[in-house]
Amino acid sequence: MKALQVSRKVARLGLARMASAVSPSAAAKVGPIKLVTMDPPETLGEGWHTVRTRLSGICGSDLSTIEGHASTYFDDLVSFPFTPGHEVVAELADGSRVVIEPVLGHAARGFPLPFPGAAPGDGDDYAHLTLGPLEAGIQTGFCHATGGGWSTFFQAHSSQMHPVPDALSDEAAVMIEPAAGGIHTALMCWPLVANVERPVVAVLGAGTMGLCAIAGLRRYIPNAHIIVGARYPHQQSYARAFGADEAVAPKELARAVRRTVGCHVIGDYLSGGAHVTIDAVGNSGSIESCLQITRPRGTVILMGMPAEVTVDLTGLWHRETRIAGSYTYGTEHMPDGTTARTFDLAIETVGALDMGRLVSAHYSLDDYEDAIAHAAAAGRRGAVKVVFDLRPVSPQPNSPHKEQH
Amino acid sequence: MPRPGFVLEVDRNTPPILFWRGENFSLEKLPAGRSRVIYAPEPLEPLDDIDGSIVNALLHPIDHDPLPELLFPGMKLTIAFDDISLPLPPMTKPDIRQRVIEAVLDMAADAGVDDVHIIAALALHRRMTEAELRHAVGDRVYDAFAPRGFLYQHDAEDPDALEYLGQTPHGEDVEINKRAANSDLLVYVNINLVAMDGGWKSTATGLSSYKSLQHHHNPKTMEHTRSFMDQHKSELHKSNWRMGKVLVDSGVKVFQIETTMNTDTFPKPFGFLSKREWEWNARDRASFVVSSSALKRTPARMARNIFHSIEAPHQMTSVQAGEVEAVHKVTTENVWKQQLVEVQGQTDILTMGIPFICPYNVNSIMNPILVMCMGLGYLFNMYRGKPLVREGGVVIMTHPTPWDFHPVHHPSYIDFFEQVLSETTDPHVMHEKYEKRFAEDEWYKHLYRTSYAYHGVHPFYMWYWGAHGMQHCSRVIIVGGDVKAVRRLGFTPASTMDDAFEIASDVVGRTPTITHIHTPPVLVADVK
Repeated sequence: MKALQVSRKVARLGLARMASAVSPSAAAKVGPIKLVTMDPPETLGEGWHTVRTRLSGICGSDLSTIEGHASTYFDDLVSFPFTPGHEVVAELADGSRVVIEPVLGHAARGFPLPFPGAAPGDGDDYAHLTLGPLEAGIQTGFCHATGGGWSTFFQAHSSQMHPVPDALSDEAAVMIEPAAGGIHTALMCWPLVANVERPVVAVLGAGTMGLCAIAGLRRYIPNAHIIVGARYPHQQSYARAFGADEAVAPKELARAVRRTVGCHVIGDYLSGGAHVTIDAVGNSGSIESCLQITRPRGTVILMGMPAEVTVDLTGLWHRETRIAGSYTYGTEHMPDGTTARTFDLAIETVGALDMGRLVSAHYSLDDYEDAIAHAAAAGRRGAVKVVFDLRPVSPQPNSPHKEQH
Repeated sequence: MPRPGFVLEVDRNTPPILFWRGENFSLEKLPAGRSRVIYAPEPLEPLDDIDGSIVNALLHPIDHDPLPELLFPGMKLTIAFDDISLPLPPMTKPDIRQRVIEAVLDMAADAGVDDVHIIAALALHRRMTEAELRHAVGDRVYDAFAPRGFLYQHDAEDPDALEYLGQTPHGEDVEINKRAANSDLLVYVNINLVAMDGGWKSTATGLSSYKSLQHHHNPKTMEHTRSFMDQHKSELHKSNWRMGKVLVDSGVKVFQIETTMNTDTFPKPFGFLSKREWEWNARDRASFVVSSSALKRTPARMARNIFHSIEAPHQMTSVQAGEVEAVHKVTTENVWKQQLVEVQGQTDILTMGIPFICPYNVNSIMNPILVMCMGLGYLFNMYRGKPLVREGGVVIMTHPTPWDFHPVHHPSYIDFFEQVLSETTDPHVMHEKYEKRFAEDEWYKHLYRTSYAYHGVHPFYMWYWGAHGMQHCSRVIIVGGDVKAVRRLGFTPASTMDDAFEIASDVVGRTPTITHIHTPPVLVADVK
């Protein structure tokens, strides 16, 4: 079978890092990723299934890895070489479709669940990620043994699989994983604003994850006033469609927040600001911007994977701002006191908001360099989500989600 | 003897016509046989003895006792004066205001008056800098009063400095500067650059607050002000006059001093800008070529500095003092003598070159909202009788319209441009949805009171200023403007004048009549 594989070659990672600064396609050409032909992965035992990829998305964290920007933090949490692809809609041997919850949690690794009914992402001790019979890997798509969605077949554990309702297209289904990430971030916000009548939540960045967070905020914190800094017109348009009250250019975000909360400006900071700011970009500049527009004792949630950053934290110290990371999903505590699996919420949300429309382009694995270049320049090229299409029969060229190549 | 205004019928021999483009200008060929150009009257001769004329006006006022008879020891005397928005461009020293204020102070000193406050009548405009104040009132007055806190600027957001005087029969609130309201005499020193200025607008607007201003600075009033230059057909002026009556009935004693100026607008190196093109000599042509090509290569900030350093040689043509309405009647006649040009009939397309300056960007940036205000608010309204352009006609402006704002002077303009105009260009919709929020924004209030920012509501007023023009015209085209900024204004961008005529042909056909209002210098078309 065909598979894209990332290997740990330090020189290539360095080259990719330099090349990505020149052009989005260059990193794929010189970097640690290559197209290989290999045997399908062997079954990993009880509970594991060989699944066939239908669509698999290209995520920002995938691009970071390919471009050599990923942090060394992951060195002990992944196993090389691995096949990327954690946003996946796949099919089982019986032809039924599943979407993969990619975290390789306790059940997949043969450890007791941290609590009954726990989701793969739950738990407050990550030792299991590196222990047990399975090789290291935080998720499908970062683990040598399981493989990932950027190949024809890979291994998925039953704890990771969610049936796809018939009403959802493959394009909608492949959006469930990022939507779950966005909903998780949104639900991290609600305890922070539970007692606020009209909380202001700012979102910086409106790529896939930013848009998913907006959708989650509007759906689960309906009283929030959501202000979004989105660079491109199509991103602003989607942000409004998914429930943003205002969508402005990133350089206008501080002024938009100030207008809404009615505060002053002190130097580069607002005197007040948003109750919560979601950073869906994840670099030094975006973190700094988020700190500047978040009110004292407010919270900045890092949704975009930041790697190494340089930020002046004096303001954070003085304003007692909290910074929290938002990684994946699991079991959510809902505003009404119940609990829910994020993936279940995401399946509902994706269908309700027709989020399959965010899939802008399909590529075959053979065209991976173009696909990665497209994904790396998605905003500029008017796209949101770029996917690999491994379905045995390709969809019709005039399918609404299909960009011509 | 200066020549009166002139309407040139363009024929094949007519040279290209000068169009202002912000801090530059261009020559445009207008179609022969159906175009005309309106030129301002030449500058009237200034008064021979300006200081003598001022004293004479104070001693022989209209419908009022002479000023010295109104002054007595122990009285509270307040002198208010027009702010940085007048005259345009700022005049060479000594400024008219300085001459008049010094004359008033001399008489006050002779009468033993020692409680004198001098107030810049800002309304909701930005505060003036020390240099700007010194330019307006002179160093002698500034040094004598400002350090002791007796020369200051009206603060329309200081509740302790405002006095509520009541309502007009139309329910309009009248609130003005407390010191002015409670003085034994309020002397108002005006510069009447255009017929819109002066009269009760001086005190009822210049010394008032948002609470008062909102009654006449709104879309409905502006749409029924036809035009700003014709007091008797202006709802804006009628409202101010009603407020003036409340002032009088409340016991506020006003001694109005109004002055008019000639249209000697540009100093010698820029003299060609005021001349009629067919009268340009070799030196004028060379000046045009050298300056316009040099300005094309000059960074915008530097070009702005060059133009805003221009001090105009215009001088006083009349001064009259006394009772507000009687004085203003004479003033208006004197303004007309300088500015009125008779024009027969309306036109399909009105063209206008937007210059580098308007009342709200002295020493600042002509941002896109001010471009709109200058075109549809001011130049469109430079008429008496009927608008120059027919209803449903087209206005074509020339201006680079950069997406650029002065962050200190115009902070709320940036938000207005980013938030309000991205949603609506309808003055009524923005009035209902956004005006109050901007007017009451604490940050804008803070900047207005302590920095040099126009009030938060000011960009709305600029937009309302063009409400009549927007309602009247079916299309507005800006030639040479930043495309995104022009579209944000709701207008149509064009790269050349020919493109603009082509775009306009959708509305006015392929052989429209065209009129170019050749200003500055200021002129008002008396459209028959």
